[in-house]
Amino acid sequence: MLWKFTNDRPIYLQIVEAIQVGIVSGFYPSGSGVPSVRTLALEAEVNPNTMQRALQELESIGLLHTQRTAGRTVTEDREAIEKLREKLAEDHITAFFAGMRSIGIDKDEAVKILSKAAKRADTADAADAADAANVPGIAGDQATATVPKEVN
Amino acid sequence: MEAILETRNLTKRFGAFPALSDVNICIGSGRIVGLLGANGSGKTTLIKLANGLLTPTEGEILIGGVKPGTQTKRIVSYLPDRTYFDNWMKVKDCLKLFADFYEDFNIAKAGDMLLALGIDADKPFRSLSKGTKEKVQLVLVMSRSAHLYLLDEPIGGVDPAARDYILNTIIRNYNEEGTVIISTHLIADIEKVLDDVIFLMNGRVERVSSVDAIRAASGKSVDEVFREVIRCEVKF
Repeated sequence: MLWKFTNDRPIYLQIVEAIQVGIVSGFYPSGSGVPSVRTLALEAEVNPNTMQRALQELESIGLLHTQRTAGRTVTEDREAIEKLREKLAEDHITAFFAGMRSIGIDKDEAVKILSKAAKRADTADAADAADAANVPGIAGDQATATVPKEVN
Repeated sequence: MEAILETRNLTKRFGAFPALSDVNICIGSGRIVGLLGANGSGKTTLIKLANGLLTPTEGEILIGGVKPGTQTKRIVSYLPDRTYFDNWMKVKDCLKLFADFYEDFNIAKAGDMLLALGIDADKPFRSLSKGTKEKVQLVLVMSRSAHLYLLDEPIGGVDPAARDYILNTIIRNYNEEGTVIISTHLIADIEKVLDDVIFLMNGRVERVSSVDAIRAASGKSVDEVFREVIRCEVKF
């Protein structure tokens, strides 16, 4: 996982979101184990209490479960993960429209530009597709989520 | 939550000058706390009171329920704001000194950390740069398994890579019994490792809050909020 935090919001919320992306993208597959609080805290270079709070939050919304002996695991409820994916997609779209509005492009026009861009992407070759993966957004998040973990 | 450090109406005056006025704080176990404030706001005075290097003018300060003294030195690991090793000492002599002084000192751990920082234990302490001296002292202090770590400006003089290593060390060493209090004015670098912050201003506690609460309420980093607080101070 690549951990990056912004200054404007509580860090535990940002961790919650990062792990949600990790779950949806398959970096933390459904039913698999999640590293310990300490390991994750070191990886993200945050306070262990902050990491603990984020994991508890994820537990309370049912995305993680505590196994008595095996630590935490990702939920096996695929429907919940699918719902989360839809919610995250919705967030990206809302942000997209907000960004377009900020430069004076209304919804209809934004949709037109988007479908044009999608057509271009369809006809583009594999190299272009790889470039597109570096654009911030859903594709970019997935790309960063699959970066191998740093060895400490 | 059992308090590892508690103050009641703590006041310290140097002559007529109030360095600390009526400070009431209570810090629990297993926290990483930032003691923040401009120069001269009372950070070092508070830490020295906690170590028994100063005595309160009024009020009291308790470490694990007792007044600072021989007993509390056993459980408090203190990084002062200046170096105190003699010139003749080599780094390895400093290690031996700590091993002699403190039962909870883990010399193997200290050796590993010096190695990781690329510090030669055979070098005389006096030949080290200012930043390297600070690193050595921090390594010594963090290699104890204390209940309370009091770090007075631990990151002020070291390079960014060492700063990261130090913060990493603090996280790695974290345990539920150990509380770490870090005094600094370089907040941006450390705020993601902090649970709580205490803002001191002109010897008074301006604010005690969790980092997350400050961010949630203001939509800003603690560093930005701190700068605003300091700015206000300048206006008056």
